[in-house]
Amino acid sequence: MSFLEYNVKTTPSGIRKVLYLNWPLTVLLIAVASFGFLMLYSVAGGSLSPWAEPQMKRFVLGMVVMMFIAMVPIWLWRNLSVVAYLGSLVLLLAVEFFGAVGMGAQRWIDIGFMRLQPSELTKITLVMVLAAYYDALPLNKTSRPLWVILPVVLILVPTYLVLRQPDLGTALLLMIGGGAVMFMAGVHWAYFAAVVSAGVGTVAAVFQSRGTDWQLIKDYQFRRIDTFIDPSNDPLGAGYHITQAKIALGSGGWTGRGFMQGTQSRLNFLPEKHTDFIFTTLAEEFGFVGAFSLLALYALIIIFCVQSALTNKDRFASILTLGIAVTFFLFFAVNMSMVMGLAPVVGVPLPLVSYGGSAMLVLLAGFGLVQSAHVHRPR
Amino acid sequence: MKRPNKDSAEGNRKMTRRALIVGGMQAGFMGLLALRMRYMQVDEADKFRLLAEENRINIRLIPPARGEIFDRNGIAIAVNDPSYRVTLTREDAGDVDMVLDRLQSLITLDPEEVERARAELKRTQPFFPVTIADQVSWDDVTRIAVNAPALPGVTPEVGLTRAYPQDEDFAHVVGYVGPVSDYDLSKLEAPDQLLLIPRFQLGKVGVESKLEDDLRGKAGARRVEVNHVGREMRELDRREGQQGENLQLTIDARLQAYVQARLEGESAAAVVMDVRNGDLLAIGSAPSYDPNLFVRGISVSDYKALTENKYRPLAAKSVQGIYPPGSTFKMVVALAALEDGMIGPEDTYYCPGHLEVSDRRFHCWKRAGHGHVNLEKSLRESCDVYYYELALELGIEKITAMASRLGLGERIDIPMSAVASGLAPTKQWKREARGQDWVIGDTVNSSIGQGYVLASPLQLAVMTARIASGRAVSPRLIKKINGIEQPEGAGESLGLNENHLRQVRRSMFSVVNNRKGTAYGSRIIAEEMRMSGKTGTSQVRNITAKERAAGVRSNADLPWERRDHALFVDFAPSDNPRIAVAVVIEHGGGGSSVAAPVARDITLQALYEGEPPLEAYPQKDRARARELQSRMRDYAPDTGSLKSRA
Repeated sequence: MSFLEYNVKTTPSGIRKVLYLNWPLTVLLIAVASFGFLMLYSVAGGSLSPWAEPQMKRFVLGMVVMMFIAMVPIWLWRNLSVVAYLGSLVLLLAVEFFGAVGMGAQRWIDIGFMRLQPSELTKITLVMVLAAYYDALPLNKTSRPLWVILPVVLILVPTYLVLRQPDLGTALLLMIGGGAVMFMAGVHWAYFAAVVSAGVGTVAAVFQSRGTDWQLIKDYQFRRIDTFIDPSNDPLGAGYHITQAKIALGSGGWTGRGFMQGTQSRLNFLPEKHTDFIFTTLAEEFGFVGAFSLLALYALIIIFCVQSALTNKDRFASILTLGIAVTFFLFFAVNMSMVMGLAPVVGVPLPLVSYGGSAMLVLLAGFGLVQSAHVHRPR
Repeated sequence: MKRPNKDSAEGNRKMTRRALIVGGMQAGFMGLLALRMRYMQVDEADKFRLLAEENRINIRLIPPARGEIFDRNGIAIAVNDPSYRVTLTREDAGDVDMVLDRLQSLITLDPEEVERARAELKRTQPFFPVTIADQVSWDDVTRIAVNAPALPGVTPEVGLTRAYPQDEDFAHVVGYVGPVSDYDLSKLEAPDQLLLIPRFQLGKVGVESKLEDDLRGKAGARRVEVNHVGREMRELDRREGQQGENLQLTIDARLQAYVQARLEGESAAAVVMDVRNGDLLAIGSAPSYDPNLFVRGISVSDYKALTENKYRPLAAKSVQGIYPPGSTFKMVVALAALEDGMIGPEDTYYCPGHLEVSDRRFHCWKRAGHGHVNLEKSLRESCDVYYYELALELGIEKITAMASRLGLGERIDIPMSAVASGLAPTKQWKREARGQDWVIGDTVNSSIGQGYVLASPLQLAVMTARIASGRAVSPRLIKKINGIEQPEGAGESLGLNENHLRQVRRSMFSVVNNRKGTAYGSRIIAEEMRMSGKTGTSQVRNITAKERAAGVRSNADLPWERRDHALFVDFAPSDNPRIAVAVVIEHGGGGSSVAAPVARDITLQALYEGEPPLEAYPQKDRARARELQSRMRDYAPDTGSLKSRA
């Protein structure tokens, strides 16, 4: 399917496009971001600075970017997919360079008014290039081995670069997100079964080998894995943080301790309370009611995206929308699992709520694509 | 084979299916997250709430003020003085080095302490005050206060530290406190949390140590809200502690000061006891030391000077020094013999100057002999042979039994450190301790308080008080704890025949007041205060045959540590005894010439509860008595005013 098949006449144009935006989705995004402003105001001890105000400005900027992207026809974005993907790879390589000469674990590059994390950008461009690939690929070739290998390479190249930064969390997110796109595009399930069982088998083999003559990795590597899986092995480091996060979350109870009354965050027991662990502050101050509300808003965002995708006859638009929804889901699912002690601590922010410009801008750009797909859907 | 429409429709259907599978997985995971949230926030909320409170709330102990110690008249012996220390807080100081340099130019700081503080400042949280100097003088504190604007982060803090205003006088009795050591903690099974407070002071020696539990008090507590690095945000509530209990000793500080002054220059001990109720009025031991030195942390050179002094200033000789009682033991043997009915007071033995016992010749101190000796003469002139004869007939067990009744060889329970039990030997003891059989010569030696017999000055005072009163007087050191009177030590009757006791007392009166008495020179002139006593000179060596041949007999010819111990015990007034005194002067020479004048002076001082009239002294001693009296006037802590502090 190409854009030539679109009935151009029925597609809105000009400023009228604004009326055709996915407004429920837009409102939901604003609602989630507002949770963020509220919490950033709270963790700063009832102050707009240093976090809430810049976050609001960035959100406004992000919304402008989203609107701009939404106004641009989706087929133009599809045609730019490969360029965007290659561009993000270049940026990743640039980080690699600057990282080497710079401060070691550098993940961002300064582009004047803000710091850009290419690894964040890659999450979107990877979805774009995969969607464009499956849009172009005839359906009957989808599960042919040769045509399966190509998207796998597309996923693994940026994954490898991100892993080198090193940023294990983002690398995992890229792999899972990319895999999900391939799955939804219709790649035969046997491939996924094979990958999953191979992965499980490898992990099992590694752990089975522990303490035997044929041990596959070194002892210190095992110890690192232990700490990663169970932070209580490192009670003063990662373990301390996760314990404090759980205490904050659990002490919230049904309705929380009240706005700006959370002792864990106010007295600084919480680590990274304005970024990765902001959800625990929310849970502490607004309790189960507040935390569940945020989760519900996230769920609604996913639902509206999936609904938009499934009613869209354009294959690129559908896959892109679903892919971005999955990426968004992975963000908050991993973040929440992490702070609730269900997953190891990896540096993944809570989308649209955690303080941070790069991730928010990239996500809103992603939602701009979703909006564009919605506005420019074939009618 | 192009079927775009069918292809597309099939593709759409497949994608919808797959999207719903993924969506389902997402929904499932979100459900899991919601359940986890519910579990943690609702089911486990109480547990986490508790943990959050534990995080937030810290209990800080408030050290209680230590109980203070006073003498029987309320004169302060151990008090809590405000002490100043200077702390520096990094976050307020800004430039730590600059502030330290300025402080150093203002007051003298120990460079070692400053280095330690510098290291600590780097290590600790920026809001934590680090001690730069401890025990800072008031002058320095004012100097810092005046220059406060130039010294950001520097705070003089006031605390309490132990001070002993009587300096050396009570070092052995009251002892001193010091910071809790690891060794102190290792001795305790469940140490009080208080002891873990840095710089907390614990009784180390003497009453301070023995009555630690009464003196320490109970810690108060503050509940404070802290943040993640322990900075105090606010106080939630506070519970005041309980101050330690104040002690009142039976000691009379003025008498104690006099005793210490009188013993000065000797290695000696003296104990003054109230015969009527066992109150210890003075427990002197010389030389002494300044306990304040230990509170601050004694310097290595000062400590070395104390340990290397051959007069052993650190030892409380009054209770932990044990000496052969010498002739002061003769009352014990005399009483044993009288009670046994073996002799009457007028029965005599002949003293030719020596006695042959199983091929061995035991000498009397008087080589020419005393001739016929009855009880009174035996004590008055301290005839040895009389007691050899008594002991040979009595046997050691009866002597030891009487010694025990009079308090010798028994552990005396007073709260001082290292109180010695002394020794009243038995045959069984010698077999067990020495693995040897008792021989007759041991009995002979014991009869004059030599050989294995050992007693502390405190025990000799108890013995004297018991002879003077006929009751089992036991010593009391603590008069009141927290205002509550402690039981007195008047004791029950010893059950000795009053007539026998009177005979012995009368003989002791002769020792001092009869012209022929060994202590006549040290008598009390004042009629109503006249004292009774007994001299003792105990050998610390055996006179070798070679020495005897060479004619070395005089103590003055011997090195100090081989000279005889001089002893004297007395009670007074003779008619109605109030005071019992025991004096031991280590290697002092003769009891009558060295110990008796000291004991007499102390007895007079105790009897008059202050300065006795000069007429009470024999003519020849008045000049010296006057000289000491004038010296004591500047020195004595009378009317409760404290000695000037260093």
